[in-house]
Amino acid sequence: MAQLPVELILVRQLAHGLAVPTFVVDAAGDLVFVNEAAEALLGLDFEDVGQVSFADWTTAFASRTKGRQRADPATHPLAVAIRQRTPVHGPLRIVGRDGVLRSLVVTALPLEGSRGQLLGGLAMFWEPPTR
Amino acid sequence: MKIRLWGTRGSLASSGPETAGYGGNTAAVEIVSADGTILVLDAGTGIRRLGAAIDPSVERLDILLTHLHMDHIQGLGFFAPFFRPSGEIHIWGPASATMELRTRLTRYLSPPLFPVRIRDLDARVVLHDAPEEPVSIGGFEVVAQHVIHPGPTVGYRISADGASVAYLPDHEPALGARRFPEEPRWTSGFDLASGVDLLIHDGQYSDDERATRIGWGHSSVSEAVAFAELTRVRRLILFHHDPSHSDAVLDALTEVARAGGTSIEVVAGREGAQYDLGTGVHA
Repeated sequence: MAQLPVELILVRQLAHGLAVPTFVVDAAGDLVFVNEAAEALLGLDFEDVGQVSFADWTTAFASRTKGRQRADPATHPLAVAIRQRTPVHGPLRIVGRDGVLRSLVVTALPLEGSRGQLLGGLAMFWEPPTR
Repeated sequence: MKIRLWGTRGSLASSGPETAGYGGNTAAVEIVSADGTILVLDAGTGIRRLGAAIDPSVERLDILLTHLHMDHIQGLGFFAPFFRPSGEIHIWGPASATMELRTRLTRYLSPPLFPVRIRDLDARVVLHDAPEEPVSIGGFEVVAQHVIHPGPTVGYRISADGASVAYLPDHEPALGARRFPEEPRWTSGFDLASGVDLLIHDGQYSDDERATRIGWGHSSVSEAVAFAELTRVRRLILFHHDPSHSDAVLDALTEVARAGGTSIEVVAGREGAQYDLGTGVHA
């Protein structure tokens, strides 16, 4: 398997040290890293799972409508961020592998290299502010 | 493919009796292919003597810059071929998201830091972004890739005459690793160095020094060896010697590098050393 861009390598290292749950995907949208905080949030062990294709992770962690129906995977904020090359921030309802429905806030960013090429993206998940 | 080291020091030129053995000039490496194509890797102070040694009849030269820190460009203004009207010099360097290579180089090659501007050089100068897809330069195939070091920095993989060399003089792959070394896809520089005949790699520090300089962009000699083993190279030249390291210290660090029992041939880069990838060291 080819080496990932150095920018993604450094983003993974950054994510590894963060308390905020973070996903890192490559340019194809495949999930290449989930930090420990995200593992705890989603109830998965990334060391066991390894790289997850875009189709699989957007299905496994599909956002949910208010009626708990699966939303279109293409509308996942990280998918939108990569496809449209734009940051996305907003609410997200998600069911982890543990079956628990969580209401979160997500910030998703595309990662572009120095020549403007798409390298991948990252998403950070936040607990919504309490009122 | 013949390789000659004209400068192996890092950070700052450091001439003196204590560094006379390995040399005090900063990064400059000459590679010549069987068809006579000449590549110059980096333009540290070692490039001055290299420039004086190049036959004036050579019409084209290619300088491959890994990055624009001073120890890698300071010799540009003292490179004799720039002052030959018949010459054509191509300079390749890492792209910046905001500035062209010419603009970035001009920060140094202009007053008040230097009296001569690029536009005033006698040779025809052509600037290129470092090639992230393989390109042919004479008899060479060259590819660049970004590597871990502060600021836009690339390493190069160069192939010709059935042999290959990787040049990563400023590189801190351990910064991007949870446990170094780890799997190839998460290792900066892996694709550049994988399986090459000769790896010229940053080995600036001892392990103790490295522990206090994390994030400075450089490797210890033992990390250089670990990287060489991961990438399965045939031979490793430790490069970018710390300016404070005497010849005796470099000898001791080289022994440390070999002490782990690596099967890779490890040497400390010595100014003036020459290598022929077909026949081995010949000087």
